[in-house]
Amino acid sequence: MNQQKGRDYRELVKQRSPKSKTVLMCFKAFLVGGLICSIGQVVQFIGTSALNLSEEDVAAFTAIVMVFLGATLTGIGIYDKIGSFAGAGSVVPITGFANSIVAPAMEHKPEGYVMGVGAKLFSLAGPVLVYGISSSILVGLLALIFP
Amino acid sequence: MDWMKLFLSFIIGGGICVIGQLLISLTKLTPARILVLFVTLGVFLTALGLYKPLVDLGGAGATVPLTGFGYSLAKGAIKAAKEDGVLGAFTGGIKSTAGGIAAAVFFGYLNALLFKPKTKK
Amino acid sequence: MAQTKRQGERTVFFETPPRVISSASIVGDMEGKGPLAAAYDLILEDDTWGESSWEKAECKMFVTAVKLALSKLGWSTDSLQCLLGGDLLNQIVVANYAARELGIPFLGLYSACSTMAESLLIGSMLIDGCFVERAACAASSHFSTAERQYRYPLEMGTTNPPTAQRTVTGVGAVILSNEQAASGYGSEIFTKIHITCGTMGKVVDMGITDASNMGAAMAPAACNTIKTHLADTHRAADYYDAIVTGDLGRFGSEMLIELCLDEGIKISKNHIDCGNLVFGPNQDVDCGGSGCGCSAVVLSSHLLKLLETETWSKILFMATGALMSPQASLQGETIPGIAHAVVLERDN
Repeated sequence: MNQQKGRDYRELVKQRSPKSKTVLMCFKAFLVGGLICSIGQVVQFIGTSALNLSEEDVAAFTAIVMVFLGATLTGIGIYDKIGSFAGAGSVVPITGFANSIVAPAMEHKPEGYVMGVGAKLFSLAGPVLVYGISSSILVGLLALIFP
Repeated sequence: MDWMKLFLSFIIGGGICVIGQLLISLTKLTPARILVLFVTLGVFLTALGLYKPLVDLGGAGATVPLTGFGYSLAKGAIKAAKEDGVLGAFTGGIKSTAGGIAAAVFFGYLNALLFKPKTKK
Repeated sequence: MAQTKRQGERTVFFETPPRVISSASIVGDMEGKGPLAAAYDLILEDDTWGESSWEKAECKMFVTAVKLALSKLGWSTDSLQCLLGGDLLNQIVVANYAARELGIPFLGLYSACSTMAESLLIGSMLIDGCFVERAACAASSHFSTAERQYRYPLEMGTTNPPTAQRTVTGVGAVILSNEQAASGYGSEIFTKIHITCGTMGKVVDMGITDASNMGAAMAPAACNTIKTHLADTHRAADYYDAIVTGDLGRFGSEMLIELCLDEGIKISKNHIDCGNLVFGPNQDVDCGGSGCGCSAVVLSSHLLKLLETETWSKILFMATGALMSPQASLQGETIPGIAHAVVLERDN
């Protein structure tokens, strides 16, 4: 009987909870995410045409510049404001990865430079590297077996 | 400057972010899980040869989102594995993304040293 | 054997109801822009208050609130035999360090956001039981310390779901005293308010897992305590001028009213929620305020004044708490809720 009550209540909560405005949020995410990627495209143009970098170097150059932008905007306290507007539009681009590195690191500064800043630097971004790198090794090994 | 390319990067990049937003809004996945999911997805889509066409079409629109990070990882690992064998499978991924990862550590640390977090209003 | 003071399942009646004689509240900038701004004693423009970390700032707020409540009476910390209170951080460090500085015998309490009601309940028991004559009850929370413990770092660019609530930056402190000890001084701020009875909460869990929907997780516990309290005291809901919940927020309040209706209790007329009072409609806080400090500051500023100035004569003050931890949530645990209640009455 109690289990039934819990199920009913959870169903009621699910129905009545104020919903996030999915369509509006998607539009905002599209706008901001698209804009961040366009900035990346401009950086890429600069890398290829102005600096005459090779294809692989352009990729690295773009990543470094975008990470720099994301990290700095987080440091000066602007990225969280973009994020509260843009939802996934600011999470998914690599600038969001930089944001997830700087944000916990600066917040844990009072706990010192080793266990605070140093350790917390990867509290959110660590899993990304763990799963990204591990799966890339797996894929590389599979490529050897099934060429 | 190639305006068509710029436009396409906007559309493709925005589109990938919309997928992320749909996941957040409809499945209650946390942003941390979204990041992990996207990078892993990027790796496997690249391995299946499905991500490369998107990069050719969208440029930065496909490489700047975290799926693009996964694309670089997988591309590097597969290429190096073919050239150097097992050793390449281990070194290739990080080699091709070394710039981004090093920048993230360096600029991340620098910003954490220089700035203090501010309370949200 | 002395006769029990308990009536019914878990409601205690005080033989010589303790007096509420003073209170103090300190809040942050955002709360200071809310509708209750005029009622607070101190509004901080900078929520680090000159300290090197927010945890230190919260501790300073805790110490200052207790001292402020005492100074209104012309008392010092020596006048108290007991300090009861807590906060939201691990090992309730804010209250611990505040008690270190205050030097008052200290009973640290953790009951998440229902800490204020729990401390009033236990404080009243201690005084009515003649174990102490005067005690301070306090609870605190701070947006910036709670946010990083329970959610994301402040500078993370994420969007809150619409059911989220904002942790109140604030400390509320209330001074309780027995009749004799209070009248000895004669300068009390509140002259007519007694705590007459209280109901202990039970942990109720309806299986909500969404940590950004705390109001819905706590509402069943609140309903359970209201139902038991009314049954134990043989009272109807309209006996009280107000049934005040701690931090259910807009959505949690809606759920509570619904749950109570199912039990045949109509509270829609006299129910108010501190989480809905503390921020205004034009402040961007989604579903309202939350945190230990939420009910503590609203009680020690707004509610006690309304009682003293004869707007109300009886209220049921019931703070609600969500008893999970970030680790428990990650392990897939559901969110247990609790609600403790005390009755505050003005003499006629």
